[in-house]
Amino acid sequence: MFKDIFKKTKYVTIQPAAVQKRSPSDVAPAQPIPSKKELPDSLWVKCPKCGEVLFNKDLEENARVCTKCEHHFRISARGRLALLADENSFEEWDSALVTLDPLGFPGYEGKLLEAHEKSGMTEGVLTGLAKIEEIPVVLAFNEANFMMGSMGSVVGEKVVRAIERAIDLSLPVVIFSTSGGARMQEGILSLYQMAKTSAALGKLAENHLLYISVLTDPTFGGVTASYASLGDILIAEPNALIGFTGPRVIMQTMRQELPAGAQTAEFNQEHGLIDIIVGRSQMRSVLARLLRYHKEGVQYAATV
Amino acid sequence: MLQLFDFEKPIAELEQKITELQKFSADKGIDLSQEVIVLEKKVALLKKEIYGNLEPWQKVQIARHSERPNFYDYVPLLFEDFIELKGDRLYADDRSIAGGIALFHGTPVTVVAQVKGKGTKENIKRNFGMPHPEGYRKALRLMDQAEKFGRPILTFVDTPGAACDLGAEERGQGEAIARCLMAMAGYHVPIISTVIGEGGSGGALALGVGNAVLMLENSFYSVIAPESCASILWKDTTKAKEAADALKFTAQDLLRLGVADEIVREPLGGAHKNLRQTAEEISQVISKYLVRLRSEAPEVLREKRYQKLRAIGVYQETSEKSLEILEKGLTKQEN
Repeated sequence: MFKDIFKKTKYVTIQPAAVQKRSPSDVAPAQPIPSKKELPDSLWVKCPKCGEVLFNKDLEENARVCTKCEHHFRISARGRLALLADENSFEEWDSALVTLDPLGFPGYEGKLLEAHEKSGMTEGVLTGLAKIEEIPVVLAFNEANFMMGSMGSVVGEKVVRAIERAIDLSLPVVIFSTSGGARMQEGILSLYQMAKTSAALGKLAENHLLYISVLTDPTFGGVTASYASLGDILIAEPNALIGFTGPRVIMQTMRQELPAGAQTAEFNQEHGLIDIIVGRSQMRSVLARLLRYHKEGVQYAATV
Repeated sequence: MLQLFDFEKPIAELEQKITELQKFSADKGIDLSQEVIVLEKKVALLKKEIYGNLEPWQKVQIARHSERPNFYDYVPLLFEDFIELKGDRLYADDRSIAGGIALFHGTPVTVVAQVKGKGTKENIKRNFGMPHPEGYRKALRLMDQAEKFGRPILTFVDTPGAACDLGAEERGQGEAIARCLMAMAGYHVPIISTVIGEGGSGGALALGVGNAVLMLENSFYSVIAPESCASILWKDTTKAKEAADALKFTAQDLLRLGVADEIVREPLGGAHKNLRQTAEEISQVISKYLVRLRSEAPEVLREKRYQKLRAIGVYQETSEKSLEILEKGLTKQEN
């Protein structure tokens, strides 16, 4: 059933990088993420949390984590991939899937082109197969620079295809969510991608396959209310803002100002909504351990 | 006093004229029946013209009408019996979601619905039909029981959206909705979801994963409220009308986009003009789908529902070449 899809597989080469110095700049030098606080010459970046002025190159080399206060800056999908996957192990899936502006929504085409230019991606999610410490795993990463990782037809379809292939291959799935939610410009079609991705995850669960959801800054709306919340294990990055409704909308609709620290990863953990908070430097090793401890599960599943 | 919209005013004015004419004719003993007949014909034509060509924004207004029938209005007309069951067993009973076991055309079914209030007092009680996580967890609990006992599930969608406040965030609104989506997709019993008023975003979708999705003629079902969309797009909430056009969220649009399966007719002017007639239409359409779905094997029902969801979305598999063209287009823009 998936033969044709595999034919279209596109391989992405990952530059060899020293193990102790895995940094996103190794694979994604073309698109460093511009930060709002970026200084004009883009050599220096001011940390929004501690105010430290950081040399951009140092920041990239430190996985875009502030060298002084460990504030986690946003990072591109490919940047994350480079930090996580074993060298040269990634096989990208469905990179040529693009949206068609099904509603003829005002300004959508322009926004898509802009997003493509800004992110170097064709859509808001990167999916494929890779190895983490030799363990094969299906991965998906939302891309913040592509319309804030919002979910339209293509994001939904790519996530579902990745999950379905994981079932076919009997592999675990790890999804890194970074998303403003369902993509307004595709209307009801975007909304139903929530149901579609959740349905596929239901099938994955029936197959006793592990799904780890990693919530990163920001994860909101339709993505929080679908695949991001359905992990067997929910991991969040420190300080990441995670919620259903954004603070601005809560203010506008309810005239309610959220207390300081609301909707952070820590707030979510305190309310029992997140399993663990894991810093970027530890992510690969934590995921590898979790994946390793679930291999038994795959064998168990084969017997039932 | 019935809420009246601007676009209905010509009808109301003409009707007012007829009443005046009748009164004048009675008072003065002058026969004006011919004139009345002419005017009544004119009113009928005008109604057809106005209500038959409603714009998306006008439908939004009708769907949100203060007199629009809510779930409880339909209960005695749709079901021979209804036993309401409350609470999520975890935190509270959310009154913006109602559920229970009902008898529909002689068949026990599980019913779950979002409920808006009528008037301010009831609306406060029901949080304007915006459910909190405990509402979705109640829905999930009841639907899980339907699966356990092999009862079909009927859901009724009518919400501006899920509750958006601190409490909702603290108790995991996203998780509560996501659980409903995943569970509904996996059930072996027939699920029929009917949008009776407003279908507001993820909060509505949480009850919308049906084998069949039915929409009342003047209901709408959208990823975002038109006001919020206008606020994001044009930084202007008064442009909601334009946003309503862009979002393509009417029953007709959803039928075309493959989300809705059938449109349930409403009386001219909207469901509130004739509750009984609307209920009768809903009953007939649900019944038709229920008979059809109950004849399917549980595994088939489940797989068909999955395939229905699987097919929603519009995209294209491009070749490397067309991606190059896209790139070139970009360079051109840059120049």
